[in-house]
Amino acid sequence: MLILSRRVNERIVIGDNIVVSVVEVRGDQVKLGIEAPREVKVFRQEVYDAIQEENRRAAAASGMQLPLIDIPPRVAE
Amino acid sequence: MRMQTKAYGEVDVDERQRVSFPAGLLGFEKFKDYVLLDAPQKPFFYLQSMNVPDLAFILIDPFLFRPDYSIDVSDEALGEIGVGTPNDCLVFAIVTVPADGQHVTANLLGPVIINKTNRRGMQAVLPDPRWRVKHDIMAELAASKA
Repeated sequence: MLILSRRVNERIVIGDNIVVSVVEVRGDQVKLGIEAPREVKVFRQEVYDAIQEENRRAAAASGMQLPLIDIPPRVAE
Repeated sequence: MRMQTKAYGEVDVDERQRVSFPAGLLGFEKFKDYVLLDAPQKPFFYLQSMNVPDLAFILIDPFLFRPDYSIDVSDEALGEIGVGTPNDCLVFAIVTVPADGQHVTANLLGPVIINKTNRRGMQAVLPDPRWRVKHDIMAELAASKA
């Protein structure tokens, strides 16, 4: 892993079109600004972890028992 | 084609029910081939792995209990499944049924999007803070009617 030290307002350039800047440092929290093309997905690691974990939980459901839910069909738009 | 399913045992499945997920689902990246099956009870569906009979997900149409649901996914992200127009897409939420059967939840943070025209699918990750991995279906249905 490459580790770089940066101060507030300093930036890191990744490839041709991704820029990460340090916006603010307060205690143990760092605020980062990320400029990247729309096709580059940028998410907090926790979001991925949460979805992975929920997928595992959904797949682990003992049977394929369905809840009894009375939902009216969607009205055609 | 005949295949083993978690819900129904061995059944005959039409080729048109196949959906391929080029990137898999999060945490299940190795499994790319699924079939979409009607569940015995509406409004649910099963997403059944073609390779692992024991791997299946319950899906629901999220708009049924959250009429305000919206997904904002860039064309570039959808490019993975080659989406042309929003009408080509089916959107599902994966359902989690806890062991006690109470508080069945749906994952609105990571919806499953399927392109009907080429039957390719993906799991999106939505940046919208309104959506979480657990939405209590009954509670939100009640709230949407209130």
